[in-house]
Amino acid sequence: MQRYFLSRILQSLVLLFGVVMLVFFMVRITGDPATLMMPRNASPAQVEAFRESMGFNRPVLVQFWDFLRGAVVGDFGNSLHFKTPALQLVIQRLPATLELATAAMLMAILIGIPLGLIGGFNPGSVLDSVARGVALLGQSVPNFWLAMIMIIFFAVRLGWLPSFGRDEWKSVIMPAFALGLSTMGQIVRLTRSSTLEIRGEDFIRTAYSKGLLPLTIYSKHVLRNVAIPLVSIIGVQFGYMLGGSIYIEFIFSWPGIGQLLEQAIGWRDFPMIQALAIFTSLAVLMLNLLTDAAYMIIDPRIRYGAR
Amino acid sequence: MNPLLEVRNLVTKFYTLDGVVHAVSGVSFDLQEGETLAIVGESGSGKSVTVLSLLGLIPTPPGRIEQGTALLRTPLGQKDLLQLSKAELRDVRGGQIGFVFQDPISTLNPILTIGEQIKETLTRHLHLSAEKAKAQVIKLLAEVGIPDPEMRYKAYPFQLSGGMRQRVVIAIAIACNPHIVIADEPTTALDVTVQAQIIDLFNRLRRTLGMTMIWITHDLGVVAGLADRVMVMYGGRIVELSTVDDLYERPQHPYTAGLLGALPRLDSQETRRLVSIRGTPPDMLLPLRHCPFSWRCDYASERCWQEIPELTSTAPGHEVACFYDMEKGGLRDG
Ligand SMILES: Nc1ncnc2c1ncn2[C@@H]1O[C@H](COP(=O)(O)OP(=O)(O)O)[C@@H](O)[C@H]1O
Ligand SMILES: [Mg+2]
Repeated sequence: MQRYFLSRILQSLVLLFGVVMLVFFMVRITGDPATLMMPRNASPAQVEAFRESMGFNRPVLVQFWDFLRGAVVGDFGNSLHFKTPALQLVIQRLPATLELATAAMLMAILIGIPLGLIGGFNPGSVLDSVARGVALLGQSVPNFWLAMIMIIFFAVRLGWLPSFGRDEWKSVIMPAFALGLSTMGQIVRLTRSSTLEIRGEDFIRTAYSKGLLPLTIYSKHVLRNVAIPLVSIIGVQFGYMLGGSIYIEFIFSWPGIGQLLEQAIGWRDFPMIQALAIFTSLAVLMLNLLTDAAYMIIDPRIRYGAR
Repeated sequence: MNPLLEVRNLVTKFYTLDGVVHAVSGVSFDLQEGETLAIVGESGSGKSVTVLSLLGLIPTPPGRIEQGTALLRTPLGQKDLLQLSKAELRDVRGGQIGFVFQDPISTLNPILTIGEQIKETLTRHLHLSAEKAKAQVIKLLAEVGIPDPEMRYKAYPFQLSGGMRQRVVIAIAIACNPHIVIADEPTTALDVTVQAQIIDLFNRLRRTLGMTMIWITHDLGVVAGLADRVMVMYGGRIVELSTVDDLYERPQHPYTAGLLGALPRLDSQETRRLVSIRGTPPDMLLPLRHCPFSWRCDYASERCWQEIPELTSTAPGHEVACFYDMEKGGLRDG
C-alpha cells in the first residue's frame, strides 16, 4: 500500500513536470508579451529594451531552466500586470474559489446523493422522475446560461440575491448552484444507477434474510457500496472546481482564481498564467491522491490489493 | 406429533411483462422437528420460490403470494408466516429461521468483515453487547470449522476461499439458534471436494445442534447421505414426497425415476452414459390443465392430458402425484 502511494506520488510529480513544460511553451506560442504590454506607439528600440529587461530575449531553454529553478521554491516570477509575485496573487484569490467550490460541491452532494438514493430505491416513482429530471438538466443545461437566467430571475426580478461580488453569505448561492448543477446531475445519475444495481445484489437479499432493519440495510450495506463509485466523481469534479470556473466567476464577478486567469490571459501575463495553471494541476493531482486514499478507506478490496 | 412447520396450499405467482409465471402452485408439506427435508427438482421448478415465500423474501412486485398458510409452531405458540407483519417477519428471519444461499461469492457483502456480518445478526436478534457478540462470533466461526477464528474475524470475504465463505454464511444462518435452517443449493457453486466438506459440516451441525433443516438441491446424488425425507418438485408442484430410503428403492413418479436413472452410479462396473430426461422443463407461463410432466412422460395416457393428478399416498410416508402405477404397470385405481 505504501509502495502503491509512493508510485502514485512519483507519477503525479512526472505529470506535474509535463504540465509545467506544456504551459511554459504553449504560452510562448501565443505571441510576444512585449508588443502587447508596451504602448502602441513604442519604438522598436523601446520594445527591445523591455524584452531585455524581462529576459524575453534569452534562448527559450534558458528561460525555461530559470523558470523551473524558481518554481521549485515557489517563485513564479512577478506578475507583469500587477508587478507583485504571481504566486502571492494566486493565494490571495484562493479563499474565494475555495468557498465557491466547497459550496457548489456541498450543494451537489447534499441534494444529489439523497435524490439518487430515493430514485434508486423507488424506480418509477414520482420522486424518481424528479431525480432523473435533475440528472438530465444537470448534464444538458450550460452553466453560464443557467447563471444568467438565475440573475434575471432571483437578482433582477425578485431582488432576493445579489447578482455579483462576494460581500455577504448570500452572494455564494447563485454561483455555487450554477457551478455545482452539472456535478449534481452526475451524482444523481450515478447514485441512482448504482443503488439500483446494489439493491439487486445477492448480499442485500442476505441482509434481508438476517432480519436487519431497512434503515440498517440502506445505510450500512447499500450506501457504503454506492459510495465507492461516487468517490471518484466527487474527487475529479472538486479538482476542476478548485481550478476556478472562468465562466461562473466572470459572470458573477466572483474574485477567484478563474477570474484572475481570465484577466491574466487577456493581459498575456505569462508568469501569472503559469502560476495559475500549475496551481490548478497541483490541486487536481492532490485531489486524485486523496481520492485514492478515500477508495482505500471505503473499499477493502483495494486496500489489500485484491483489485 | 405436530410438525414444526406446516405449509398448506402455497401459491406464488410472478406478474411479469411476459405474462403470469406460475412459480409455485399449491405446495403443501410438513417439517418435523429435528428432521431434514430435501427439496429436489430441475432448475426453475419452484424450489427457491417456495422457501423464499415463507420468509416474505419474494421480490414484490412482480411476485405475489396468492394463497396458503405456513404455520410455524414454537414453544411460544404458533403463527402463520404468510400473515405476519413486516416487523414480525424481520424477527423470524435470521432469528427463528436461518438462511444459506447458493453462491457464497455473492451472498456476502464484499466490503464488510465477516465478523461484522455475523455479528449484526446476533446484535439484531439477541441484543448482545458488542463484546459478548464478538466472543460469540468467534465461537461460531470455530463451530463451522474456520481455522484461526480470532484472526479471521477481521477478514474480508475476498480473502477467503469459496468453501470458507460458505462456512461464514452457515455461521450467519445458525448464529441465533434458529428453529429451522433453510439451505438453498448451498453446495452447487462449490468444487466437488469442498461440496463434500460442506455436507459433512451440515451433518455434524445436524447432530450436535439437533438442527431442523430444509435442503434444496437439483442433485439427487447428495440427498441420500443427508436428508430424512425428500420432496420432488416439478413445474411448481410436488410430484413425489417420501422418506429417502423408500424414494431410492421404489420411486413412484416417472420424473423421480428419471432423475434417479440420470445419476451416475459409482458402484456399477459398466460405465453408464449420463442420461438426462428428454424434453425441456414446462413453460411456467401457461396455467396448467393437465399433468405438468405429460409432455416428457413415457407412460402418459389420455387421462394425464385431461386432469392434474393429486398427491396421494401409496405407502406409509410415501406420496405421489401420478396416475400411472410404476410397480404394477398400468393406471392406478381411484
Ligand atoms: N423475480 C422473479 N421474477 C419473475 N419470475 C421469477 C422470479 N423469481 C423466480 N421466477 C420464476 O419462478 C419459477 C421458479 O423459480 P425458482 O423457484 O427460482 O426455481 P428453482 O427451482 O430453480 O429454485 C421460474 O420459472 C422462475 O423463472
Ligand atoms: Mg433456486
